Amino acid sequence: MICWFPRLTAFLIVAPILMGFVGTLLPAFGYLPAIGGTTLTLAPWGALFATPGLDAAMFLSLWIGTATTLFTFTLVIFFSASWSGTRLGGAITRFLSPLVSVPPVAMAAGIAFLLGPSGWIFRALSPWATGFTAPPDFLLPQDRWGFSMIGGLMVKEVPFLFLMTLAAVGQEETKRAFQVGRSLGYGRMIAWIKIVLPAIYPQIRWPLYALLAYSASVVDVAMILGPTTPPPLSALVTRWFFDPDLSLRFVAAAAALLQSILVLSLILVWYAGERMVALFAGAWLRRGGRGAGGAIAAALAAGGMMAAIAVAVFGAGAMILWSVSTTWRFPNLTPTKLTLGNWAAGGAMLGNAIANTVLVAGASTSIALLLAIGLLEHAARRGGASSRGLAFFIYLPLLVPQIGFLFGIQMLLIRLGFDGTWVALLWTHLLYVLPYVILALAGPYRRLDPRYAQIALSLGASQARALWRIKLPILLRPVLVAAALGFSVSAGQYLPTLFAGAGRISTLITESVGLATSGDRRLLGVATVWQLVLPLLAFTIAAFIPAIVFRHRRALRPL
Amino acid sequence: MSGPGLVLRKLTLAIDDHVLLRNFELAIAPGRIVTVMGPSGCGKSSLLAAITGVLEPAFRFSGDILINGRTISQLPPERRRVGILFQDDLLFPHLSVGDNLAFAIPPDRRGVVRRTLVQDALADAQLGGLADRDPASLSGGQRARISLMRTLLSQPEALLLDEPFNKLDAVLRQQFRSFVFERAGRLGIPTLLVTHDREDAPAGEPILVWPDPGPGQIDVR
Repeated sequence: MICWFPRLTAFLIVAPILMGFVGTLLPAFGYLPAIGGTTLTLAPWGALFATPGLDAAMFLSLWIGTATTLFTFTLVIFFSASWSGTRLGGAITRFLSPLVSVPPVAMAAGIAFLLGPSGWIFRALSPWATGFTAPPDFLLPQDRWGFSMIGGLMVKEVPFLFLMTLAAVGQEETKRAFQVGRSLGYGRMIAWIKIVLPAIYPQIRWPLYALLAYSASVVDVAMILGPTTPPPLSALVTRWFFDPDLSLRFVAAAAALLQSILVLSLILVWYAGERMVALFAGAWLRRGGRGAGGAIAAALAAGGMMAAIAVAVFGAGAMILWSVSTTWRFPNLTPTKLTLGNWAAGGAMLGNAIANTVLVAGASTSIALLLAIGLLEHAARRGGASSRGLAFFIYLPLLVPQIGFLFGIQMLLIRLGFDGTWVALLWTHLLYVLPYVILALAGPYRRLDPRYAQIALSLGASQARALWRIKLPILLRPVLVAAALGFSVSAGQYLPTLFAGAGRISTLITESVGLATSGDRRLLGVATVWQLVLPLLAFTIAAFIPAIVFRHRRALRPL
Repeated sequence: MSGPGLVLRKLTLAIDDHVLLRNFELAIAPGRIVTVMGPSGCGKSSLLAAITGVLEPAFRFSGDILINGRTISQLPPERRRVGILFQDDLLFPHLSVGDNLAFAIPPDRRGVVRRTLVQDALADAQLGGLADRDPASLSGGQRARISLMRTLLSQPEALLLDEPFNKLDAVLRQQFRSFVFERAGRLGIPTLLVTHDREDAPAGEPILVWPDPGPGQIDVR
């Protein structure tokens, strides 16, 4: 039975992406009978390229994607190179890890509160330094060059890439090679860059491509932190898709396709860059330079990491304060009056969305967990032969821009009378939950001593019994952590909810984006705190269950 | 060669282009203990994995494995009735000591019988009253004994020992060695021990040096 899991999962993941892609491709060339497009034409492309500001929108997507990835990569590499294994490195790692589970929208809203004209930073500087007694009329955080958006994305993506790097570095051989490098007279940073980085790069390559694809095509963060005139292409596409003028659907489909092409070219350019670096790095390595200093880079890297943590913490703090404030005048640092009224109002308004969020996240995570365990168990029984297959399931959904196929899926769902149903919503969430559940579970699953299962079999237990009675109980903690991560990923999905939910099923995220763009800060504060509370709750439960179940099992308690 | 005991017939074991064993023949009568000696990395553990049926797919394997005349080479691991002890005790960390033992008892034994079997096994290992304990709270020697009792409770028809004394200190090592050999002999189980240490082998039993991948043969009946 287990041999069906790869095929089943392939179907669940490839089918919607492929159909969605076709469903976007056809309207991009004028074919969408539902709204009167029955002939193939290049007209949508003509209309698209005639749009004023399109080149700027395209440029923004490329720039934000490249800059976010490049800055994130640089920060993570320099931080790992200079601080891994140190006390400060350990402390920062502990603070950084929880940030992975914060929904991007919550992070973006928090940053908007910090950077905005009436945000904490300007309040702290006013009026004594700036002379402002009223919020200034700046275009922050939606600055033209997208710097706030890049920063916001980095706060979210640096922890992700860092954890992926940390997992890759964990191998013993890499650690020993690093020590050998140090003993050959290479300093910490240069030894890491010359010895560890080339060894682990193959393992962080795909996360980097995923990061590139995500930051060049993200919609929700762009709507909150991104420039507006013009916005990045992805936000423009979304705007067109939901425009009352139906004829814009054709242009939107063409633009969605263009977005996919942009992402693909970005990945290809990055790949070419890798080749170039590899070409020249050989000579650089052979020259044997021991590198000089690096103290400034190390300090900058630590500073960058602490800034990311500080932004997240203060962003969350500002949100919590807004959620309980009645009046909070500029330039006061704290609200003048506190109330729980916002929470009552928020509960009435968001109750349904919160219940939906928990339902979708719970259900999609359960399905993803079942599939992930099936896939990993299949790989384990085959002797790890299908780990390539695993990478495919993980990265296909993360590399394809959401906007590139979700519209097609929605068209198909409408055709089948399926749009706005729970099945559609669960399925699209599954595409994004499953990769993270596999990512979180694969390491612990592979590290589990295979002899436990072998012993169980030799004692006469069936494969299924060995899995359910021995392996999964021993893996209870990582299974629950993977579930908590899956839950928080689902709770943070904006575009899939928007398209598959078809406006009939709203979640915390869709409500939050609505509030963030319409501007009720008190309710947005409440919604954002809820966004933080749900993943926090999931991770807390994931920590408590093993602690209780294994309270008498020393080997399975955390150190 | 067939008949009672564990019989390996024309066993060939290879990974990629590297042949570990070629046309290897071995017969172990019930109650006898054969030691196969070899340096680490020669393929001793792979031979045991082939017998228990958990060989990685990357290995190529041919030949027959028989226990008491029954060919087991095509059976799934759980139906081979081959018990194995590793150098780690590998007690299931989420189960109590008693539950570790109960896990091994065939399901046709029910209710009181199961509990009695667990109690008897604990008493036999001089660990009576420890059924509810966390395996992690036991000493290394105690854990090793539980590990053997667990294997024996599954009523194996052959016993494989993969350097099981390796991690114990000298005194414990002697005690556990005689504990294992005494019970395997008493229960009449054919036993195959692989080790790199000649000291591990029981006195008066055959010792076989890991053969070059040419044809090798030994019959100890």
